[in-house]
Amino acid sequence: MNLSEIARKLGLEVRVGQDALTAEVRGGYASDLLSDVLAHAQEGDLWVTLQTHLNTVAVASMKGLAGIVLVNGREPQADTLEKAETENVPILVSPLPAFELIGRLYGLGLSGMRT
Amino acid sequence: MKEVWADLHIHTCLSPCAEREMSPPAIVKVGRERGLHLIAICDHNSAENVAATVRAGERAGLAVLGGMEITSREEVHVLGIFPDDQACRSAQEVVYAHLGGRNDPETFGEQVLANERGEAVGRNDRLLIGASGLSLEEVIGTIHRFGGLAIAAHVDRPSFSVISQLGFIPRGLGLDGVEVCSEKPPGVPEDLPVVRSSDAHRLEEIGSRRTGFLVARPTAPEIGMALRGIEGRRIVT
Repeated sequence: MNLSEIARKLGLEVRVGQDALTAEVRGGYASDLLSDVLAHAQEGDLWVTLQTHLNTVAVASMKGLAGIVLVNGREPQADTLEKAETENVPILVSPLPAFELIGRLYGLGLSGMRT
Repeated sequence: MKEVWADLHIHTCLSPCAEREMSPPAIVKVGRERGLHLIAICDHNSAENVAATVRAGERAGLAVLGGMEITSREEVHVLGIFPDDQACRSAQEVVYAHLGGRNDPETFGEQVLANERGEAVGRNDRLLIGASGLSLEEVIGTIHRFGGLAIAAHVDRPSFSVISQLGFIPRGLGLDGVEVCSEKPPGVPEDLPVVRSSDAHRLEEIGSRRTGFLVARPTAPEIGMALRGIEGRRIVT
């Protein structure tokens, strides 16, 4: 499943990275501590978070994540958007709280576990 | 120039997580006994016990700087250490304008306002343990706007540190230094000055970690020059 399909099914709005939506999403990771994401997220994961700081883009890029979804209606900061544009990291937003959004992602077949 | 040994991160009884024994005169007394020449008061998101501690310090002969440990919206703790009382109050106003919620003393602890004799003179009802709505960059900008020094607190701890919250120290933040508890973690840029301070919440912790500065006077601007290593000022190692 790619990001564009997920966005359509769950009504996620794309704020940046329209060109990178065809990449395959291989799983999911949820955390608001960037040190934890650096340590535990896996390549191809869709990252669910409420952190809007600029550093999220570097973390996503470094780990090869499929994209970032901001929950609870949070919007990326201007500098974050700019950096994401340069790095080609998709940032999507959802009005849903994290628990709900992750449940729906799971329902689509995404998992936080890799075998 | 003289060697000034400083503990730049001490809480008072205003911080909900600090002991009631952390009254202005008690902190000053213990600070002197431990051989410190300078302390900074950094309560969570408030500076309301600073003036009383400065006065207690004047009586007892210990230099006291006003500061705050400000929580950014990413839940990063940053120490702001200010040149004077007015600067400290102005920065506090900005933090208060971006700090929501009310304290629940049973859950988080009492937030006691004390005078220079150590008597309780009131309570602060704000949720001081909470996060402000200011981004890390805005916190540092606010500290600098009022002439303060911005030091990222306890960067080697697993919580509330810039590295735990944001993975690494962003470039161009404009920090004046980082505070380390035990070991400087990997990823701290070489050019960022490192200080050690106690983060004392109890009297016995005061001065347990300290930093030596070679400065002309125990003031915030002098400490700033020592952090930058200019005009003969420097950190003593």
